[in-house]
Amino acid sequence: MRLLLRSPVVPRLLQKQTQQRISPLCARRNVSTHSDVQFETALSTIRSQIDTSSPEFKKKQEEMSTLVSKLQELHQKIALGGPEKAREKHIQRGKMLPRDRITALLDTGSAFMELSPLAGHGVYGEDVPAGGIITGIGKVSGVECMIVANDSTVKGGTYYPITVKKHLRAQAVAQENRLPCIYLVDSGGANLPHQADVFPDKEHFGRIFFNQANMSAQGIPQISVVMGPCTAGGAYVPAMSDENIIVQNQGTIFLAGPPLVKAATGEVVSAEDLGGGDLHSKISGVTDYLAVDDAHALALARRCIANLNWPAVPETEKAADPPVYDPKELNGIIGTNLRTQTDAREIIARIVDGSRFSEFKENYGTTLVTGFAKIHGYPVGIVANNGILFSESSLKGAHFIQLCNKRNIPLLFLQNISGFMVGTDAEKGGIAKNGAKLVTAVATATVPKFTVVVGASYGAGNYGMCGRAYSPRLLFMWPNSKIGVMGSEQLTSVMETVGKKVDPELKERIDREGEAVFSSSRLWDDGVIKPEDTRSVLGLGLRAAYAGKTEGWKERDERWGVFRM
Amino acid sequence: MFTRSTKLTPALLRRYATTAATAQGKFDPSVPIKPLTSILIANRGEIALRVAKTATKNGIRTTTVYTDPDAKSQHALVSPFAVNLGDVKAYLDGEKILKAAKERGVGGIHPGYGFLSENSKFARRCEEEGIVFIGPPASAIEAMGNKSESKDIMLKAGVPCVPGYHGTNQDPAFLLEEAKKIGFPVLVKAVKGGGGKGMRIAMTAEEFPEMLESAKSEARSSFGDDVVLVEKYITVPRHIEVQVFADAHGNCVALGERDCSVQRRHQKILEESPAPNLDDAIRKDIWEKARAAALAVGYRGAGTVEFIFDNDSGEFFFMEMNTRLQVEHPVTEMVTGTDLVHWQLLVASGFPLPLTQEQVEAQMGGHAFEARIYAENPDANFMPDSGTLVHLRTPETSEDIRIDAGFGEGDLISTNYDPMIAKLIVRGNNREEALLKMKAALEQYEIAGMSTNIEFIKRLCSSPAFIAGEVETGYIEKHRAELFTPSVTPPEVYAQAALSHVLSQTLSDSEPFSSLGGNLGFTPSMQSRTINLIEKHHDSEPVTIPVRIDQIAKNTYTITVKDTTFPHITISPESSAKKLTTFYPHTRLESTVVRTSSTDLSIFQLGKLYKLSLAPPSWFAKALGAKDLSHSVLAPMPCKVIRVLVQEGEEVKKDQPLVVIESMKMETVIRSPKEAKVGKVVHQVGDVVKQGTELVEFENDETSQ
Repeated sequence: MRLLLRSPVVPRLLQKQTQQRISPLCARRNVSTHSDVQFETALSTIRSQIDTSSPEFKKKQEEMSTLVSKLQELHQKIALGGPEKAREKHIQRGKMLPRDRITALLDTGSAFMELSPLAGHGVYGEDVPAGGIITGIGKVSGVECMIVANDSTVKGGTYYPITVKKHLRAQAVAQENRLPCIYLVDSGGANLPHQADVFPDKEHFGRIFFNQANMSAQGIPQISVVMGPCTAGGAYVPAMSDENIIVQNQGTIFLAGPPLVKAATGEVVSAEDLGGGDLHSKISGVTDYLAVDDAHALALARRCIANLNWPAVPETEKAADPPVYDPKELNGIIGTNLRTQTDAREIIARIVDGSRFSEFKENYGTTLVTGFAKIHGYPVGIVANNGILFSESSLKGAHFIQLCNKRNIPLLFLQNISGFMVGTDAEKGGIAKNGAKLVTAVATATVPKFTVVVGASYGAGNYGMCGRAYSPRLLFMWPNSKIGVMGSEQLTSVMETVGKKVDPELKERIDREGEAVFSSSRLWDDGVIKPEDTRSVLGLGLRAAYAGKTEGWKERDERWGVFRM
Repeated sequence: MFTRSTKLTPALLRRYATTAATAQGKFDPSVPIKPLTSILIANRGEIALRVAKTATKNGIRTTTVYTDPDAKSQHALVSPFAVNLGDVKAYLDGEKILKAAKERGVGGIHPGYGFLSENSKFARRCEEEGIVFIGPPASAIEAMGNKSESKDIMLKAGVPCVPGYHGTNQDPAFLLEEAKKIGFPVLVKAVKGGGGKGMRIAMTAEEFPEMLESAKSEARSSFGDDVVLVEKYITVPRHIEVQVFADAHGNCVALGERDCSVQRRHQKILEESPAPNLDDAIRKDIWEKARAAALAVGYRGAGTVEFIFDNDSGEFFFMEMNTRLQVEHPVTEMVTGTDLVHWQLLVASGFPLPLTQEQVEAQMGGHAFEARIYAENPDANFMPDSGTLVHLRTPETSEDIRIDAGFGEGDLISTNYDPMIAKLIVRGNNREEALLKMKAALEQYEIAGMSTNIEFIKRLCSSPAFIAGEVETGYIEKHRAELFTPSVTPPEVYAQAALSHVLSQTLSDSEPFSSLGGNLGFTPSMQSRTINLIEKHHDSEPVTIPVRIDQIAKNTYTITVKDTTFPHITISPESSAKKLTTFYPHTRLESTVVRTSSTDLSIFQLGKLYKLSLAPPSWFAKALGAKDLSHSVLAPMPCKVIRVLVQEGEEVKKDQPLVVIESMKMETVIRSPKEAKVGKVVHQVGDVVKQGTELVEFENDETSQ
């Protein structure tokens, strides 16, 4: 239906002419008209309908850009770390700031995919930049690694509940993707005033070491660089690691620090003598390598990774071509008003290689767009909302997810959903069971899943579109996106219908709690990203997934074929 | 004409005619003509290649010789006929070479320059063995090789000589008296010497004994003979020499003169022909005297008559005659349009000279320069250097640009032999044009892996007095301030060096982690690094230059050097750490950055060479537990210890000689950097040590301030 159906016209004419000259006996077989591969490619190339010079586009773009630059400022402030005084003191001690440590650890030119830099923002009524811990994926000695770095300029690097959550999330990402872990330890341990929310539960401090033990068992290397104190529970981070590096006269590891030792036994001892680098490298054997300073320790850590004998990742398609349309146009396409509908294909066109998208079931269940594409050369199956989910669109989604799972193609969900269709017709049509099919497919798919919330993420639509509870390997939000059971307006009217009065404060709170920054600061996602960076971030996520891919992602023994829904 | 000769076959005549044109010289029919068909080249390096080139061109088979360390050098590989002489000193082993020549059945031996080229015994042995020595008769070598004898011959032939004592009395006291008679300053020179070896200047009577001993010692080790002469030292002299050529038929021509005044360590580095600012009458007179000198000793073949020219008085004195083809012969070839090696082969075969004096003068034209590219450090008193030619790029050669080289990229310039890497020869219609071409060619000449004098020659070629032709042998000393002022390094050089370093470490894969480095997402780039570069100018403390590089995206960076920031510079995708093309906001820069060792960088940018090194990280020395060498004197180059002048426990003054080392056939006195007490003499006489090895260790106490 797009452009190129006119092309066979000339061959057909030629065919007619030739047929006239051929005797009737030979005319039984028609000559196949060759369609050049270029035309096939062009068939899959999305044709954008966006007018980038329209006032509507410009207005949307301006609104989005304002939001983006606000977030940019917030991130830059957070990236500085703790208070200036704390940072100065840190440097005076000859220590490197945590972000500089990560740079020194990374390969030159390697990207670093930082996870949840907004963690802890506005959560505790005090500043805990990045939740006091920096986590992310980058290349070290040619190997994609998960780096977890304490920021001791933030409350001495102590663990707030969000710090624990972020540390555990980094470990979960590492475990799922089989990424070697490097812990740059410089922490005072659990934040005592918050101990009740840090210590006792399943997903609390102890889980860090549980994860270390289990990852090590699964052959995922655990390396610690002790660049500051590791007291009490914290001592187990290096103690549970496969290899340890400690910085002389700086890093310490002990179950109880000098004050506690004095209180318990009366022994007076310096931190260095109690658990310094010399002691642990020469006497106790808790650490394996002794470094003279941070930079030396990081050089040793790079050497450890180089010696992992980590298998090289098989090369995928070389030289992926960028999208035909500029990803920067996404700002003006999506805007900040979630009420206006955006064609999902316009977004896809600015994310995938060459803006090529092989759409599946284009004319059925049209409120959900499904199809195959590539991002940085890696194949993905895309499921994107283009309106409310109906029975047909749910069935189409379930069908497509099955296809991808059978073919070992990772899934990308582009969420912009206000929910499943409601009303008598919908219920009669079995929206509940059809929606459940989509949710089942999403929940049980074993290929890596990635979710980007590009607009709304409301109600059961969140489930059907692989929300946080459905374990996407990574979940990112655009600055304009909103998340919640429903929008504040619907919530108000629902409550009014059931006879409850809604005060404006609640409405305001619901609005605020639905915002991307609120979500990200609580680690309901892995970070807020600029729309234009979506392609890059997904490329890194896919690469990380492929880095740990062993023999395909199908773990369960599937006895069913693909169900036609 | 040759028709008188019955010995010439028509074929030989035809062959001769192609090069000889129509010579009108004398012809002696009794001279046997026996064309050479196969020769052995008893030399190495560029001259071996140069001789082989002409011989091969004329269909003469060449056999080359090499020593063990030279087994893979260019001259050993140039011909399929190559003989291994073994020992490192075997180029001087005449008997071994003769044996090889006889075994291979060669007709003649070309000795090149240096080594056996002026060894009359060898020339005589060749005659005895029936092998043609491609050079003058042994008698002429002997006559000219003995400096005092040669002066007598010259005086008789009416050639003016420098006043001095050339006798056999070698008593130091007697020589001192003679020196006083001549008047200081005087030159003490080994009779057998040449090329600046075994040569010293004594400015005063006080330093005469030390200089005498030093000259004698060097002469002993280089020529096995320590007889010296003493003569007047002309303070503002020019070195002008005449290329002469004589045949067995009694012809002798002068192929113009060369000015070789620009010298360091009494060795030439820049030669030109014709000599600038020289009156034509004097020029012709010098030629005449040179021919007379050659004829006086019954010379045959290529020779050079050297004169000291007094710029003020216009007087010139005979210094010596070099009975060989000289290093700088291409300068003459360029202005006379001749192939002197071919002439040598013709003369050695018994043919008369291809051209008469008139014909030579008629075809002389233009101006030529030769720059000798040496592995040496001009900043450290031109101390020889050695190493591997890690990177070599040469200017494009043409009719007017010629390179005579014995080494290619990857070759080793060893300490065993002369440190000359190549000769660059250019020709122009006049001196100005030739000099411009020389400068342009030097800017394209890139050598990394060792110190060279290329940058120095570039400065020399831009020196106003040199451009004006105001040459003298003391030129470098006189213009020291101008020639040795360190140039200011533009910030872009540091930026390019740092960028190259970053590129050398950058992942080259196309996968996302490698291709998406830089600013990603909201948080600032994790690829902001500071590269510390060290720059050391001679005689000053090394300076550390921090260069901050922020990667913004693939191939896009912001670079800050000191106070200068270059925002958003991009490098072309084809760029590599070695060759990078960078687009700055204000210009495009193409640089070649060569890593010559683990930390040293040579940067070639806009026709200039800059040397920087990477600062080791803060932890490096500590982690490696490096030894403190602040109380030690280190060997400045790979060398052999030849004399130890101090003992353990001895108190030494600043600048007091400690040890004498030898490298590249040059003696260097290592002096004490401070007043101190010798704690340990680490290496003894005969020890061969690497560069940076401890030679003398001082006691670490209060006196060693």
